[in-house]
Amino acid sequence: MAALLEVAGLEAFYGQTQALHGIAFALEEGSLTTILGANGAGKTTTLRAICGMVRVRGEVRLLGERIDGRATEDVVRRGIAHVPEGRGTFVRLQVEENLRLGALTRRDRARIAEDFERVYHYFPRLKERRHQQAGTLSGGEQQMLAVARALMMRPRLMLLDEPSFGLAPLLTQELFGILARIKQDEKVSMLLVEQNAALALGLADHAYLLETGRVVMSGLAADIREDENVRKSYLGY
Amino acid sequence: MDLFIQQVLAGLANGAIYAGVALAVVMIYQAIDHFNFAQGEMAMFSTYIAWAMLNGGLPYWLAFVATVVVSFLGGLALERIVFKPIQNAPALSHVIVFIGLLAIFNSMAGFIWEFTIKPFPSPFPSAPLFGNTLIGTHQVGMIGVTLIMLALIWVFFRYTDTGLAMRAAAANPDSARLVGVRVGWMLALGWGLAAAIGAVAGMLIAPVVFLEPNMMAGILLYGFAGAIVGGANSPAGAVLGGFLVGVIENLLGTFVPWIGNELKLSVALVLIIVVLVVRPSGLMGQRVVSRV
Ligand SMILES: Nc1ncnc2c1ncn2[C@@H]1O[C@H](COP(=O)(O)OP(=O)(O)OP(=O)(O)O)[C@@H](O)[C@H]1O
Ligand SMILES: [Mg+2]
Repeated sequence: MAALLEVAGLEAFYGQTQALHGIAFALEEGSLTTILGANGAGKTTTLRAICGMVRVRGEVRLLGERIDGRATEDVVRRGIAHVPEGRGTFVRLQVEENLRLGALTRRDRARIAEDFERVYHYFPRLKERRHQQAGTLSGGEQQMLAVARALMMRPRLMLLDEPSFGLAPLLTQELFGILARIKQDEKVSMLLVEQNAALALGLADHAYLLETGRVVMSGLAADIREDENVRKSYLGY
Repeated sequence: MDLFIQQVLAGLANGAIYAGVALAVVMIYQAIDHFNFAQGEMAMFSTYIAWAMLNGGLPYWLAFVATVVVSFLGGLALERIVFKPIQNAPALSHVIVFIGLLAIFNSMAGFIWEFTIKPFPSPFPSAPLFGNTLIGTHQVGMIGVTLIMLALIWVFFRYTDTGLAMRAAAANPDSARLVGVRVGWMLALGWGLAAAIGAVAGMLIAPVVFLEPNMMAGILLYGFAGAIVGGANSPAGAVLGGFLVGVIENLLGTFVPWIGNELKLSVALVLIIVVLVVRPSGLMGQRVVSRV
C-alpha cells in the first residue's frame, strides 16, 4: 500500500533562491512525524511545498497520487489541513466563523454540527469565546483556534508549523497534551514541525532533521530521543 | 422648518442613489482594496441594457431581473478576463485599467445607443405617496430598494457559506486558500455583485437624471464620498455614508447661499478629504482589534 504522504527529490524556490535541496521522506497513515531543525533550515518551506504555496520541483504524493504543482485549495480539498506559521487567524471574524471556515468545503452537512461540539470539547475556551472577534484572542488561544479550524476540515493529514511558538511553557504542555489526545481519538496523521525537539520527539513516531534545506538525519523518534550524541550535536539539549 | 424637512427628504432621496453606488464600490473595494473608477460607467451600461429590453417589449420587472443577472455575469467575466491577469500588478496599473474601462464603456454606450438623452421609466406610480407633497413616490421607492439591497447583502455575508468565504478571501487570502476557498473566484464574485448592485442603482437613477452615457459622471464621486464617509470596507457604512452625503449636500446647497447648485459637487470632494484626514476608516469601517 502507498504511504499516506510521500515526498521525493523535493526542491523549493523563492524567486531565484533555492530553499530545499532534494528532500525525501514518507509518512504512514495514522503516524505522527516530526521535522526538526534550526531557524532557516527549511521546515516551514517543506510544509508550504506540500501545499503548493511555493514553487517546487520533485514529487509529492498523497496516497500515491501526485499533488505537486496543484493549487493550494485543491491540495487542501484532498484532505490536508495546514496550521500555518503565524496561525493564519481571520482576525476580524468571530471565533465561530473561523471554525465554520474550516468546514467550508465539506459536504457532510449533518456531521458539522457534531464536529463543533467535538472541537469545543478539546478546546473549551474557544466555546466560551465563540462570538468574540478572533483577533482579540491571546496568542495561545489563537494557536488553539488554528488547530481547531484544521480539525473542522476532518483532514486525513494535519501539517502543524511550530504550534508551540510564542506560548508559555504551561500552555505548550496543554496544547501538546491535546494534540496527543487528538492523535489517539481521531483518525488523523500529523506532520509536526518544531524547534522544541524534546517536546516533539516525545509525541512523534518518526523524526527527520533538516539543515539548510537537506535531511541530515532520520529515524524512529524513540531512538533519537535515547541517542545522547545525536541530541547533543544536532538538537542541543 | 418645512423647507428644512423637505430638503432633508430630498437629500435622502439623492442619498439613496449615492448609497447604491457606494454599495457597489464597496463590494470591489473589500475584495481588492481599490476604488473601481469604472463602476459608474458599468452601471450606466447596465441601464442601457435594461432600456433595450424595455424597448424590446419586456415588462419592467422582468427586464429589471434580467438586467441584474446579465450585469452579474458581466462583472464576473470582466474580473476573469481583464483583472485576473493583472492581479499582482501594482496599484497604478489597476487605476489605468479602471480608467480605460470607463472610457470604453462610455464610448461603447454612445456608439451602440447614441449620445442623445433618453427617458427611462420608473416602476413606481407617479401619483404622490399618500398625497404628500414633500417627497415623490419614486424617491421613496429608491430609498426602499436601496435598504432592501443592503439587507440582502448583509444576510448573504453574515449567514451563507459563500458570503463567509468571500469575507475570508478578502481578509486573508493565504489563510483562505488553506481552508479550501477558491480565492480567485471569490474576487470574481465580488465583481459580479458590484455590477449587479450598480445595475440596480443605475435603473433607479435613470428616471431622475435621464439615460445618457455621462449620466453617472458626478454621481460616482458622490458614491465614492459615501463609501469613504461610511467606511470603505463596510456595506452598511457605505449606505449610511451615501444617505449622509445626500443630506449634507442638499442642506448646504440650500442654506449656505454661496454653495448653491454650482458648488455642490465640491462638497463631495471636501467630505472625502475631511474624512480621510480625520477618520480614515470612516464611520463604520472596521479597525482591526488584534493582539499578537
Ligand atoms: N518568502 C521568502 N522569500 C525568500 N526566502 C525565503 C522566504 N521564506 C523563507 N525563505 C528562506 O528559505 C529558507 C528556509 O526558510 P524556512 O522559513 O522554511 O525556515 P524554517 O526552518 O521554517 O525556520 P524557522 O524555524 O525560523 O521558522 C531560509 O533561508 C529563508 O531565508
Ligand atoms: Mg518556520
